[in-house]
Amino acid sequence: MPRLIAARLVQIAITLAVLSFCAYGLIGLMPGDPIDLAIASDPRLSAEDAARLRALHGLDRPLLARYGAWVGMVLSGEFGFSRLFAQPAAAVLWPALGSTLVLLGAALALAAAIGIGLGALAALRPRAAPTVDAVAVLGQSAPSFWLGMLLIILFAVRLGWLPAGGAPEDGAGLGEALRFLVLPVATLAIANLAAYARHSAAALEAALREPWIRSARARGAPERVVLWRHALPNAAVPILTIAALDAGALVSGALVTETVFARPGMGKLIYDAVMGNDYNLALLALLLAALVTMLATLAVDLAQRALDPRLRDA
Amino acid sequence: MPRVKLRLALGLAVLGVLAAAALAAPLAQQWLGHDPFAPDLFRRFEPPSPEHPLGTDDLGRDLLLRLLHGARVSLTVGVAAALAATLLGTAAGLFAAWRGGMADAVLMRIADGLLALPALPLLVVLAAVDPARIGLPRGEAATDILRIVVILALFGWVGVARLARAAALSVLAQDYVRAARALGAGEARVLLRHVLPNILGPVTVATALAVAGAILAESTLSFLGLGIQPPAPSWGNMLANAQEMVFSAPLAAVWPGLAILLAVAGCTLVADGVRGRG
Repeated sequence: MPRLIAARLVQIAITLAVLSFCAYGLIGLMPGDPIDLAIASDPRLSAEDAARLRALHGLDRPLLARYGAWVGMVLSGEFGFSRLFAQPAAAVLWPALGSTLVLLGAALALAAAIGIGLGALAALRPRAAPTVDAVAVLGQSAPSFWLGMLLIILFAVRLGWLPAGGAPEDGAGLGEALRFLVLPVATLAIANLAAYARHSAAALEAALREPWIRSARARGAPERVVLWRHALPNAAVPILTIAALDAGALVSGALVTETVFARPGMGKLIYDAVMGNDYNLALLALLLAALVTMLATLAVDLAQRALDPRLRDA
Repeated sequence: MPRVKLRLALGLAVLGVLAAAALAAPLAQQWLGHDPFAPDLFRRFEPPSPEHPLGTDDLGRDLLLRLLHGARVSLTVGVAAALAATLLGTAAGLFAAWRGGMADAVLMRIADGLLALPALPLLVVLAAVDPARIGLPRGEAATDILRIVVILALFGWVGVARLARAAALSVLAQDYVRAARALGAGEARVLLRHVLPNILGPVTVATALAVAGAILAESTLSFLGLGIQPPAPSWGNMLANAQEMVFSAPLAAVWPGLAILLAVAGCTLVADGVRGRG
């Protein structure tokens, strides 16, 4: 187990190193580096001035040297400055991460609960299966930003029950914060529950065919007990596989949802930073999102091993 | 068994209707007699009428015609990106399965790494690259389409490669492959004549899923303003436009989303049908 965790952490570190180098290189190909912006804002700036500024900020050094310097800074805990927010990058990143984790946690819990419920319905009632299947195919096919817009039109514009987006003011109570959370969580949950419904239906159907289910029924166990006590624990491992595979989709969904609802968080931060030419912040936020995704996947893998002893030797 | 055919038939029917609608865009334009690209500021936010079956947008352009022209762009991008991803992915998967060893390990580690990462933030970063800095003309519709196709193919190949590799591994272990080699067939002939035709099933499934993924990804990028740039319509950027008029024309937000939903669901059904899922 410790060896497995160590190996996976090394793999994550390698992925982050490759990703950061590629993203760092790509940023050089994006519009509006600081010197371009300085030239645009001051037409008196001559070509010599621009070259001098470039040398002053080290922008004339080769890519590898600049990347090495940046990595050294980040590893020593110095995250630099966000131009867009006019704050140290760390002061922007951590609150955004917290906000996104709340959104992801709530959406994941809701998606898994409804998805597994639908899956159980399909597995137990064969006549309901085609309906559940159709709901799952449609849910998987709907673009999440569109779902978000429809929810805004219905619940914010037409009915006026919930805010269309944004964040509660500082010092607002928990109730107010929850009101702002309802529509984004619903959007992200609807977009992700289809995968849970499809796979838990398949996993439960397989588990219900096992001989111990027949024994449980023969002993007179009620269907409720058969499903929750005997079938579900055995279906949990394949269902958790979906959770691991879906971690990336969930983080991607957070970017869309936060942008549609103008809700501050990691996803919106990446988007705003890229659009606002704040490339230091964009790079840090991208790496942080990747790190969170990979750590979540690792956590699910470990949970699977805890649940199923057969996986532990692998 | 009949249900499997039902899925395939339903999926193909949905995709067929969408493709026909895309092909019919110039006909519909002639019939209705509007230019979907020319603003008409006296006819903004018109409700549906015989003249404008779905109404007009914030610049007074006909929404139905923009939807049909958007179908051409969105479906072209989806299919082109999926075909590129299929070519790349099948080649990578075949090569990895055939070569084995180090090449296989490296390719599959790259695939694992890409799959473990959140795709959309990476797509946003890639899509923000300025085409002018890599020597392409900026702001032309054709450049835009090519740019998005390349970006989506860079991510889409992974799913195809994994399926193609798994299928190729099992085919390479078959007796007829050994027989072909014993009869003196070269490796190229073995791969192209004996392995490739036998992995087409899984590859077709992967392609259908790749089309679905590419249509969703293109619409998301265009919605975020990083994909197809207006005035060229795509379903995604029509929805971005619709978001700004949810108060004045809420129905404008319904149709492009429904079109995306149908296209993606159609591809998923085809993939399920080919895979033989009940």
